[in-house]
Amino acid sequence: MSANGELGSRTVRETIPIPPEVYREMGLNDEEYRRVVAVLGRHPTYTELGMYAVMWSEHCGYKFSRPILKLFRKYREAIEGSGLENAGLIDIGGGFGIAMKMESHNHPSAVEPFQGAATGVGGILRDIFTMGARPIACLNSLRFGNLDDPRNRYLFEHVVGGIAFYGNCVGVPTVGGEVYFDDCYSGNPLVNVLSVGLVRLDEVAFARACGPGNPVMLVGSRTGRDGIHGATFASVELGPDSESRRPNVQIGDPFTEKCLIEATLEALKTGYIVGIQDMGAAGITCSTCETAAKAGTGMRIDVRKVPLREKSMTPYEIMLSESQERMLAIVQKGHENDVARIFTKWGLNASIIGEVTDDGLVHVYDGDELVAQVPAKSLAEEAPTYELDTEEPDYLRRVQDYDLSHIHEPDDYNEVLLKLLGSPTIASKEWVYEQYDHMVQTNTVVLPGSDAAVVRIRGTKKAIAITTDCNGRYCYLDPYLGAQIAVAEAARNLACCGAKPMAVTDCLNFGNPEKPEVFWQFRKCVEGMAEACEFFEAPVVSGNVSFYNETPDAVIYPTPVVGMLGLIEDVEKRCTSEFKREGEIIALICGWSTNDESRCDLNSLGGSEYLKIVHGLAVGKPPALLMEKEKRVHRAVLKAIDELLLSSAHDCSEGGLATALAEGCIMGDVGAKISLIANCGPAAALFAETQSRVVVSLPIEKLSRLREIAEEEQVQITVLGKTGGDKLEIKVNDEPVISVKIKDLSEAWRGSIPSAMEK
Amino acid sequence: MKFGVIQFPGSNCDQDAYFAVRDILQQPVDYVWHQESNLSKYDCLILPGGFSYGDYLRTGAIARFSPVMSAVQEFADRGGLVIGICNGFQILCEAHLLPGALLPNNTLRFRCKYLHVRVENDSSSFTHLCHRGQVLRIPIAHHSGCYYCEPDVLKELENKDRILLRYCDRDGNVTEESNPNGSISNIAGVLNEHGNVAGMMPHPERAVESLLGSEDGVIILRSIVERIS
Amino acid sequence: MPKANVYVTLKPSLLDAQGKVVQGALEKLGFTNVSAVRIGKYIQIELEGNSNLEQQVDEMCRKLLANPVIEDYRFEIER
Repeated sequence: MSANGELGSRTVRETIPIPPEVYREMGLNDEEYRRVVAVLGRHPTYTELGMYAVMWSEHCGYKFSRPILKLFRKYREAIEGSGLENAGLIDIGGGFGIAMKMESHNHPSAVEPFQGAATGVGGILRDIFTMGARPIACLNSLRFGNLDDPRNRYLFEHVVGGIAFYGNCVGVPTVGGEVYFDDCYSGNPLVNVLSVGLVRLDEVAFARACGPGNPVMLVGSRTGRDGIHGATFASVELGPDSESRRPNVQIGDPFTEKCLIEATLEALKTGYIVGIQDMGAAGITCSTCETAAKAGTGMRIDVRKVPLREKSMTPYEIMLSESQERMLAIVQKGHENDVARIFTKWGLNASIIGEVTDDGLVHVYDGDELVAQVPAKSLAEEAPTYELDTEEPDYLRRVQDYDLSHIHEPDDYNEVLLKLLGSPTIASKEWVYEQYDHMVQTNTVVLPGSDAAVVRIRGTKKAIAITTDCNGRYCYLDPYLGAQIAVAEAARNLACCGAKPMAVTDCLNFGNPEKPEVFWQFRKCVEGMAEACEFFEAPVVSGNVSFYNETPDAVIYPTPVVGMLGLIEDVEKRCTSEFKREGEIIALICGWSTNDESRCDLNSLGGSEYLKIVHGLAVGKPPALLMEKEKRVHRAVLKAIDELLLSSAHDCSEGGLATALAEGCIMGDVGAKISLIANCGPAAALFAETQSRVVVSLPIEKLSRLREIAEEEQVQITVLGKTGGDKLEIKVNDEPVISVKIKDLSEAWRGSIPSAMEK
Repeated sequence: MKFGVIQFPGSNCDQDAYFAVRDILQQPVDYVWHQESNLSKYDCLILPGGFSYGDYLRTGAIARFSPVMSAVQEFADRGGLVIGICNGFQILCEAHLLPGALLPNNTLRFRCKYLHVRVENDSSSFTHLCHRGQVLRIPIAHHSGCYYCEPDVLKELENKDRILLRYCDRDGNVTEESNPNGSISNIAGVLNEHGNVAGMMPHPERAVESLLGSEDGVIILRSIVERIS
Repeated sequence: MPKANVYVTLKPSLLDAQGKVVQGALEKLGFTNVSAVRIGKYIQIELEGNSNLEQQVDEMCRKLLANPVIEDYRFEIER
């Protein structure tokens, strides 16, 4: 390409049809190939074909999910309006915004857990700082199969190791998240990483290639052959040959990423960068066509100007490489050196590889030779979409109508409680979060282990609270309700910290969408989630879809993970979940009234960890949810926290009320004497996962004010007992059922994962 | 007095140290880029935590060859106060400004947690506001914090009162269980021969506000300020 | 082009925690005849020129590649 652009007038003359087996191997079907030919008015070159295959994959083009995702209001508005940005942006007042996004790295982590998870962290961080936001926290939502299987232990150990390796080195605290264990994730681990960043609203950067004539700069690492077609890889089921796909996995370099964060934020401050986009899936292809499409411009680049790590790479490989730690920056003409100098200072490459044009086309040259000439919008925004068939799965009636009447009360409730606390899903995740630097940046004001992570905004009184939630078993038993509960629980976790919900980012993990039963689950989950997010005033602002999480042996539960952000106006008022001292009142704030049928009976054990752990059953209906009642609980808890009435607040979730009480005791290292009145058997009273309930502790003199608030918000307050002693003692209808030393509870809860991992 | 916080590529606790000095100690402080060679305007240098150059070869091994390190050496030779925290401690050992070396934790995992350290020397420039035997609650966050030195060096450190901090339990007992990484003799921090260069694995700059869980780190940082002024 | 293969290992007197874990794992897999495992680093360096290579590589090791407090090194040069 010469400077005056005279070669730009050349066109690709290739007209040789591509053999079907070639485009099919790349992931395009016959109809999609015909569509490429129609767009171009000719047959594509090999490079062009690769570009379409990857951009029109589900991973990049959302060809299956897009019609359903339009149920999310903000997504629909973005698609119909100015287009999607890399991450969602939330105004938290005072001129500050929070950029937030969650993304899956399931398939790479199944094949190479350490690097798969590490590059997942790297990718999500780039989504954040490409908006000009400094990443201030990461969370991750992980799911694995049973830890009795050495392969699952290997995956767990190395996924956590990879997240630690990357996150710790880049200096962004990993402040929270969740880990679930269930057989359906055996061979299909889920690795969802969430990051949030802080940006001044007047300094937000956009992924737009504005201003024809402006130079296009590639900054960061050199380009190698890693991850070619990683995006299409993520769009197929894993089979026995997945191991041999290892070359598709990228290698992460967190040191370079750290330098890239600092250099990018410094370069953006100059004001000379008019647009910037990180490179994730589909590398240069995706970043060039998306930035051009969004700005309504075109782009001309020369792959020979791309700094390479390996010799003799083809244009096809350069365009599709998924080498990590790279960004595409569109720079104001004349200020190339001002920008390049900053990247060079941080030891990074900064090479001009082309320029913005005004013809709407992406031209790719290999030196003098034009190897691709495609309309930017056709790649970025016009991926074909499909309305897939849906069909209610057969299993649903069977599991929902399962007769629980033969479930007898256990002989020993202490044993059940210890077993539940030792269930890896409920057990302390200290083994995990101790491996993450969760304090760097010195803003983490609620350390991991509480209901949500709280990160203060330095220089203000504000703090943000962040949580991830999803009970996959609930979603399996009832996708619509399960997804709503995920949202409700996230909002409840935030309320327990004193935070008001602001926004949601999601990671929608499902099996093969081309199976109508799976797509039905997907649609139901999105419907439930969209409705709940609107109801709790926390719209979905960003997210990601991961399909094909299945092996020939197992399909994952539908797992729509909710990452929710909340705002605390006064950080000093934040609340945590552990009991603080002896002699305080323990009470339950509950959305259900005593005559609500759903409050407590045998059926309320449906979907519970109790049924799973004690009886090996994943059956029944998930606990009922009435969103209006749920919201009242949040309002009451928030008000009580705001008035400084509460010493602690902890939501009831997996393992039920007994588990919530035990956790409060263990973390606070104080006992409790509890007396429950129930119109059902002790098992349901203790272990049912009834929604809309929060366990609080408070000094007795504050109880009357709490009762007033409960009345105002129309929720029930039940005094359960008092903190004190070195045991958790629980009576149900005056019958002593639980009496265990806190030390023993703690051992079961804290020791479970370390001892499973030492096998 | 003026502090300088040295920034190596890959440092990531530089800002934390900077904020602790500026906002908590309320002292003047600059970032010092690793290419800098003139350190004459500073009274105390902080080598912060992080992963300089990714620590890909060995913790601190590459950073010690940064241009600023010869200036740090001269600064220390002239008696200037230098404190290395975590990665900074590793760099100071690699640069032979402090004895010994930091090996990967015996747990083989990164460990981030609050723990307790006991003040062993209460007269140094870094700890004179503490009293001997005082237990401080300060977090660690490292993968390679297992302090090691030859037996004769250890003897020298003990005899010359150059051990600054030891890992201990909450009552101040130095036990095997309270040792988070396998450090020899539970050592968490040491001094150089002249007492003006200190290294420690715990992060005092992370324990400077009750909001963060502890203010015990302030005692260390304030010791420096008081000693100089 | 000559190539140096550098091997850096922990000094024998130091506990190699990583090696110990691997030894345990090998034993669990039924390799009962494993009496010790030590893990080190292998560094490949491509060099130019042909004179003084031994001396140069030795200096690289002493200055940067190995830490004499905790590590030993050895190397070979392929010409």
